[in-house]
Amino acid sequence: MARHKIHVTVNGAAAEAEVESRLLLVHFLRENLRLTGTHIGCDTTHCGACTVLLDGVPVKSCTVLAVQADGRQVMTVEGLEKDGKLHPIQEGFFQEHGLQCGYCTPGMMMTSSALLASNPDPTEADIRRAISGNLCRCTGYVNIVKSVQHAAAAARTAK
Amino acid sequence: MIPASFDYHSPATLAEAIELLGRYRDDAKVLSGGQSLLPLLKLRLGSAGHLVDIGKIPDLEYVREDGGYLKIGGRTRETALEHSDLIRKKYHILADTAAVIADPLVRNLATVGGNLAHGDPANDHPATMMALAARVVATGPKGARTIPIDQFFTGLFSTALAPDEILTEIQVPVPPPKSGGAYVKLERKVGDFATAAAAAQVTLSAGGEIQRAGIALTNAGPTPIRAAAAEKFLQGKKGDAAAIAEASRLAGEAADPSPDRRGSVEYKKNMARVLTARALAKAIARAQGA
Repeated sequence: MARHKIHVTVNGAAAEAEVESRLLLVHFLRENLRLTGTHIGCDTTHCGACTVLLDGVPVKSCTVLAVQADGRQVMTVEGLEKDGKLHPIQEGFFQEHGLQCGYCTPGMMMTSSALLASNPDPTEADIRRAISGNLCRCTGYVNIVKSVQHAAAAARTAK
Repeated sequence: MIPASFDYHSPATLAEAIELLGRYRDDAKVLSGGQSLLPLLKLRLGSAGHLVDIGKIPDLEYVREDGGYLKIGGRTRETALEHSDLIRKKYHILADTAAVIADPLVRNLATVGGNLAHGDPANDHPATMMALAARVVATGPKGARTIPIDQFFTGLFSTALAPDEILTEIQVPVPPPKSGGAYVKLERKVGDFATAAAAAQVTLSAGGEIQRAGIALTNAGPTPIRAAAAEKFLQGKKGDAAAIAEASRLAGEAADPSPDRRGSVEYKKNMARVLTARALAKAIARAQGA
C-alpha cells in the first residue's frame, strides 16, 4: 500500500504526515489534524459542506486527495478567526442569522469568503451563483445571502 | 466513502507520465481535475491500481488562438475557460458550456480535457466540441496525434485514447466572420447532469443564409450525438423560425436517450428538440451580431 510523506500548510501552520494514496483531504483535515469544522455532508461532490480553500480557491475537500495538497496552502473554517476576532463573513452570518442547523455553514463561509476576496462588492446574483455548489438543507438561502452582503458592507466600511 | 487502495504518482513531465501509463496500461488512470474520477473511485463504480496525476506537469493549462485554431490545454480548468476574455468575447458556446458544468466549486478543479477524456455522454463539452468540429491532441510514447472529435467517442465511457496516451490539447477551428454559437442545458438543479442539452454553432453567408451548422446533443445516447440530418437541412436556409422548427424536430429524432429519474424517453426527446430550437435561435442571433 503506497504511502506518501506530505507537507501541507493548514491555516498558516505547517502540517506533516505520512498518508495513504487514497486518503481524502477532508479525512486528513478531520482525522489527522482534528480540524472537525470542515463537515462531510453528501460525500459525493454535491453539497459543498466540505468546502475548503486550496491555495485560496474553494474546492470540495471530499473530492481531493490529501496527497494532492502536498506543498500547498489549505484554509479551513478554523482559519477564519484571527486573534479572537471573527472574520467579517463569520460576523455576517452571526448578525444576519445566516444559519439554522449550521451544517452547511463552514462550507458556505469558505466559498463566500473566497468570493469577497475576489469581488468585494458582489450583487445578489453574484452571491447566489458563487454559492450554487453549496447546499443548505434548511433552505436558509435568504439569510445566507444577507450574511454575505453584511460581510461585504462591513469590509467596505472598514476600509 | 473511501476508494479502494491505489498507488498515486505525480510525474513532473509529460514523458514521465506517459511512461507510467505505458507501464501500468489498463491498471492506470489519468488524474486531471479528479471531479469525475474520484467520485467514481469512492463509489467503487470504477477502480484503478495506479493514478497518474498530471497536476504538476507544466504547460498543460492555456487558452489561446494560434495557427487558425483556438487551442485549449488539456488540463485547463473549467473556471479558467469560463473567465477567459477570449472565450467570453468570441466563443460564446464555450462560455455558455463552462458556466453550466457542475457547480463553481467543481469547476475550480474540473478540466476541459477531463470532461472529454472521461467519455461520459452526460458531460457537456463533448456536444459543444462536436458542434465546433474540434479535434483533440493525444500524446503518447510515439509523440502527438490529432483525433477528429467525431472519431473520439467510441462508446459509453470509452474514447479513442490508447492506455498510454494523454489528451494534451483541444483544437477548435477559429470560426469565420458571421459565426455564433450557443449551449442550452436543462438541468433539475445546479450540478446535475443534463436532462437534455443542445449545442449549436452556425456560420452565415454574406447573404445571411446558413453556410454551416454544427448541432450536437448531450446525454441523449450512449455517446454524444451529432444531429447530422438537422445540420444538413439547415445548409443554405435562412435561419428563420420555420427552418429552426424543422431542424430542431430532426435533432429531437436523432436523440436516443434512456429513461431515468430525469424523465422518459419521450420527454427527453422532446426536450432535445426544444433545447435545439433555443440553442439555434441564440446561435443565429449571435452570428448576425458578430
